[in-house]
Amino acid sequence: MSYLLDEREGSEYLIMGNDAIVRGALEAGVAVASAYPGTPSSEIIENLAGVSKERGIYAEWSVNEKVAVEVAFAASLAGLRSICAMKQYGVNVASDFLLHVALSGTRGGMVLVHCDDPGALSSINEGESRHFARMLELPLVEPGDFQEAKDMTAWTFELSEEIGSCVMLRSVTRLSHASGNVRFGPLPSIERKASFRFEAMPDDPRTGPVITMPVVRRHEELQRRLRRAAQIFESSPFNTYTGPESPEVCIITSSACNFYSREATALLGLEDRVGILKLGTTWPLPVGLVARHLARAPKVLFVEEVLPFIEENVKVIAAERASEIGPTLFYGKNDGTIPMIGELNPDIAARALARVMGMKYEPLEAAYRTTALRTAEEMAPPRDLTFCPGCPHRASFWGLHHALTLDNRRGFVCGDIGCYTLGFLPCGFNVMKTSHSMGSGIGIASGFGKLKGFGFDQPVAAVCGDSTFFHAAIPALINAVHNQADLLFVLLDNSGTAMTGFQPHPGLPLDAAGAALPAVDAASICSALGVPVVTADPFNVEETREILLDLLGRKGVRVIVMKQACALSPEKKGKKKFAMQVDAEACRGAACGCNRLCTRIFRCPGLVWNASIEAACIDEVICAGCGVCASICPAGAIRREEITT
Amino acid sequence: MKAMDIPRDPYNLIITGVGGQGNVIASRMIGDMMVRAGYRVTIGETFGVSQRGGSVMSHMRISHTSVWSPQIPEGRADMIVALEPIEAIRVMSYYGNPNTVVLSNTRPIYPVGAIAGEMTYPSLDEIRACIERLARSVAFINATEEAVRLGVAILGNVIMMGAIAGTGILPLNIERFKEIIIKRLPASQHEVNITAFSRGIELITNTAWTHPSAR
Repeated sequence: MSYLLDEREGSEYLIMGNDAIVRGALEAGVAVASAYPGTPSSEIIENLAGVSKERGIYAEWSVNEKVAVEVAFAASLAGLRSICAMKQYGVNVASDFLLHVALSGTRGGMVLVHCDDPGALSSINEGESRHFARMLELPLVEPGDFQEAKDMTAWTFELSEEIGSCVMLRSVTRLSHASGNVRFGPLPSIERKASFRFEAMPDDPRTGPVITMPVVRRHEELQRRLRRAAQIFESSPFNTYTGPESPEVCIITSSACNFYSREATALLGLEDRVGILKLGTTWPLPVGLVARHLARAPKVLFVEEVLPFIEENVKVIAAERASEIGPTLFYGKNDGTIPMIGELNPDIAARALARVMGMKYEPLEAAYRTTALRTAEEMAPPRDLTFCPGCPHRASFWGLHHALTLDNRRGFVCGDIGCYTLGFLPCGFNVMKTSHSMGSGIGIASGFGKLKGFGFDQPVAAVCGDSTFFHAAIPALINAVHNQADLLFVLLDNSGTAMTGFQPHPGLPLDAAGAALPAVDAASICSALGVPVVTADPFNVEETREILLDLLGRKGVRVIVMKQACALSPEKKGKKKFAMQVDAEACRGAACGCNRLCTRIFRCPGLVWNASIEAACIDEVICAGCGVCASICPAGAIRREEITT
Repeated sequence: MKAMDIPRDPYNLIITGVGGQGNVIASRMIGDMMVRAGYRVTIGETFGVSQRGGSVMSHMRISHTSVWSPQIPEGRADMIVALEPIEAIRVMSYYGNPNTVVLSNTRPIYPVGAIAGEMTYPSLDEIRACIERLARSVAFINATEEAVRLGVAILGNVIMMGAIAGTGILPLNIERFKEIIIKRLPASQHEVNITAFSRGIELITNTAWTHPSAR
């Protein structure tokens, strides 16, 4: 049994922030959970799905974030508590629908968990989703540690029901993917009945039809809900202050920056001189509470990620309440005390605090630091990101690289988000030349594919993964077909949402908890659009290259499905198909005209150059046994032997 | 001599390596053992795209009283455990200090740039000399080779965990390890994990630590 189901109130575990959110939702009796996977949010719905049977929950991996919110909203309308989780990009995708959710209001408690990734540790942007709370006019809360991640999640369902609005709960990578001790509360009984009431007039928020018109009146109600939230936030236990009564500096912070602020204060030994106002409710701000703290401190330092959200909103309060607050000096992102890009850490916070206090923060002797940095620079070669050993993307990009080179018309690939984003790096032979949001590669290619009239004569290919195909690529593909763009669409089908941990998608015959569901066939969808669809195995290196070369030369929309499961997929992980070996006699090393093609260009981590014998060799520990490298050696020195079990 | 308590509060431990070496699971298991022993633990780690051939590290803060930042401040690592040797140097360069203790696996995983011949991967002797220059003491063990001998190469991480316990610096031992793997792993894997953990303890017990002061 999962520890997440531990019934003992007060039991304590070391758990990830995301699991703390899961437990909070379970303690609130959540009934419906939906999401599209995205680091660092994926474990929330994954782990709710893992206990869905025991807790009577319906959990689903939705086709994209907008649909996930629609699914969760339906549950709310039927009087159930629902949770939706997504990474920062997801809020962009869902925002169209969320604006309407804000306007119409909700019934059963509905919580939108959005996990930002400051520093883009596992993202291709560091977008700040907190600003959506202002734009959408939805309440926003931010847990400041692991215990709060659980406690606040449970509480946001109550808040949502009290004010009749969806509530946004924002996490960040350093909370979602960090772990700490969390003490559990009780789990409720799980009897629920879903029913959607619509018999009253539309102006009855509990029993009428749910529509956003008349808009201005609904907008007024929405703002009333927000004012009610602000009132509740004034006395919220999740806004805490630690420090002296009259601090020299008051740090205002939220989320993981709470950790950095506490550590910075401790590193500088300033616990008696500096106070920390940790805000758990960050939109709308509790004006009275903030004003009281501003009045007590002559200087305020904002420590938050990524953009100055709290900083700018607090400054509005300072201006509006200037007479009671008095002169205050503000330090933060706008004056450059804290960077406005990247993630923060205790050192950045300590340096900023030291600067405001007129002190120095020098964690190490300068000489030691210089030696240490120089040593690493000289002796620890950097690790470029690369595809895993046995990754089908390496083989697919190898095929594209060769076909585009042979085609010789400066062709290129448009991509998007997934492991295959690395196609712009040497591991993908640098074939990818654009990479943006989900499904955008095909949309951009659709645009390039219509530029012939302007003298554009380069062949264009677009790649996207199987999960991305369902998420956002289908409308762009339809656009390309209907508008008769010239492009080659390459569907990199590795049988799962690989980068985030193999969550199933509509193309797989599984639900979020692993039970059987009918699969939707991506190739059939493409065929139904009336364009030619070819399926190839990227591990058949030569055949795939020839098919690609042929398709590049054709007009209109052409589709190729590259089918080969991810090397880390449950069915493949730890199992080698081939035993690989390099015949050191046959490998002609530096004397071969290939100029070390295998290790210099193909560069799979499992195939290394042995300088002492001047030949390539297989690293048995790392090699995944995919057999592809046997196809690339011009001397035939790399041998593969099928492992029969 | 076995530790009864942490030598410092918070005790800052970094486990580093390359994506796919079992770094995350090692830090979680040590964290679980410390929580069972009554400590408050914070672990900070990154995963996702960083796993694809990149350097990874887990920051652990072990304390009696408080939840600390999931990122250790500069120069504050008390112990660095490297599942891959050059990662020890990389992590030392920002988080190390002259009192840091380093425990490293000997088995290299070559960066693709080194495989391609664009950069040089240092010899083990060079790596050793670098770390000795920066740390209080360092020990190298052949964790991956031992794991291969046990028939499961990925268990290099468990051998390194055994080695951490074997240093006697933290209150970790095989009994506690057994308690947590019963909860985490299917029964078929218990024996080989316990063997790996014990091998780690033996290896570190039979390994000479080098200290710059002793030279």
